Amino acid sequence: MKSALFGFLFGMWILILVGGGIAVTILGPFSISGFDEFDRFIGSVIKAIVAILLVVMWILILSKLKNWIFRKEIKS
Amino acid sequence: MIELILPAVVSCIIAFFVVFVMTPPLIKFLEKRNLTVKDVNKKDDVMVVRPGGPSIIVGIIASEIVLYAFLQLNEILAIIITTSIAFVIGYIDDKKVMSGWFKPVALAIAAIPLIAFGAYNSDLAFPLFGTVQIPILYLALIVLIIPITGNTINSIDVLNGVASGFMVIASFSLSICLFIVQNYEIAIVSLPLGFVSLAFYKYHKIPSKIFPGDSGALTFGAMYGAIAIVGGVEILAAVALLPAVINSFLFLSSVKRVTEHRQIKTKPVEHTDDFRLKATDDKTAPVTLVRLILAGGPLSEKQVGFAIFKLAIFSGILAIITAFMMGVSL
Repeated sequence: MKSALFGFLFGMWILILVGGGIAVTILGPFSISGFDEFDRFIGSVIKAIVAILLVVMWILILSKLKNWIFRKEIKS
Repeated sequence: MIELILPAVVSCIIAFFVVFVMTPPLIKFLEKRNLTVKDVNKKDDVMVVRPGGPSIIVGIIASEIVLYAFLQLNEILAIIITTSIAFVIGYIDDKKVMSGWFKPVALAIAAIPLIAFGAYNSDLAFPLFGTVQIPILYLALIVLIIPITGNTINSIDVLNGVASGFMVIASFSLSICLFIVQNYEIAIVSLPLGFVSLAFYKYHKIPSKIFPGDSGALTFGAMYGAIAIVGGVEILAAVALLPAVINSFLFLSSVKRVTEHRQIKTKPVEHTDDFRLKATDDKTAPVTLVRLILAGGPLSEKQVGFAIFKLAIFSGILAIITAFMMGVSL
């Protein structure tokens, strides 16, 4: 059981690294034009929405990972 | 760097000894006023005083004021004010049980001094990939981080010595990370948190003479979150805190709502005849870190505490590895 917990911690760490990679390489450089002074604001709103979606995805993946690692313990 | 050694040493000594010296009289004071709660993991009716928050906050304020006298950083003032507000919120919750939403909302307000003092950098740094600029989104992140760290530390305060012991490991890991990323001033500002936790652990470790209460746990968590923000090491702080994050995640994903632990009727942990801890068979009980640790069989309270500390050391090492990765770019 304890090794499963260490595995879960390691899985969370990998997810953080991957999430960071997506944020920096895809989300960070994203910009929008055509709305004049609102470009920056609209760009930030879109980034925020994508970031929230990424967090929701992160939680769903983590939930699957939890069920996979702790399947036996949680059912017991 | 050399000129920072004296303030670092002085503030750490003050942080440790203020809590170390102040806690015994606080225990006597609380005993006289009969401010005790039952230690539910002991066979006999053992009563333990709470809250220990007042000695923790005095240690933090005293040491950080000394640091401010040396360094004159606005970041220190922001940390002091945010941590003090978190203490007050916790103290109110110690005196009167508030709803599950009270602490997250109130702690969001505690984050405002960090914004007001401009004690943050809106570039979010990730290992291997660099930084991402999120000027507007980062303000929302600040308001989220303090409630998350505060409540996360509070949720792990379930066994004798666990919250303070965990904080010793997590905060020293964070300080090491700050030194690795060469943010020396904030690294020194973070050191008193580790020494305050260490001094309090002396009285909180099994068998506890005092519990930190919400005022102590929220003070620990809010200061940790504030250091992560002013130091620009949010990701490293999250990694060092992972065992406590897992606990909150497991709890929330099984309960499926924001609620107080005390309001949950079904308990995740039971006792054997010899009063060791064992995971409950009740399928409706929340899944917690302690319940998963006990899934392999009953353990003593001390053994469960050390299992949590091992997880904290593991995530502390992951945080330090991540700090080294900050200097590497793909």
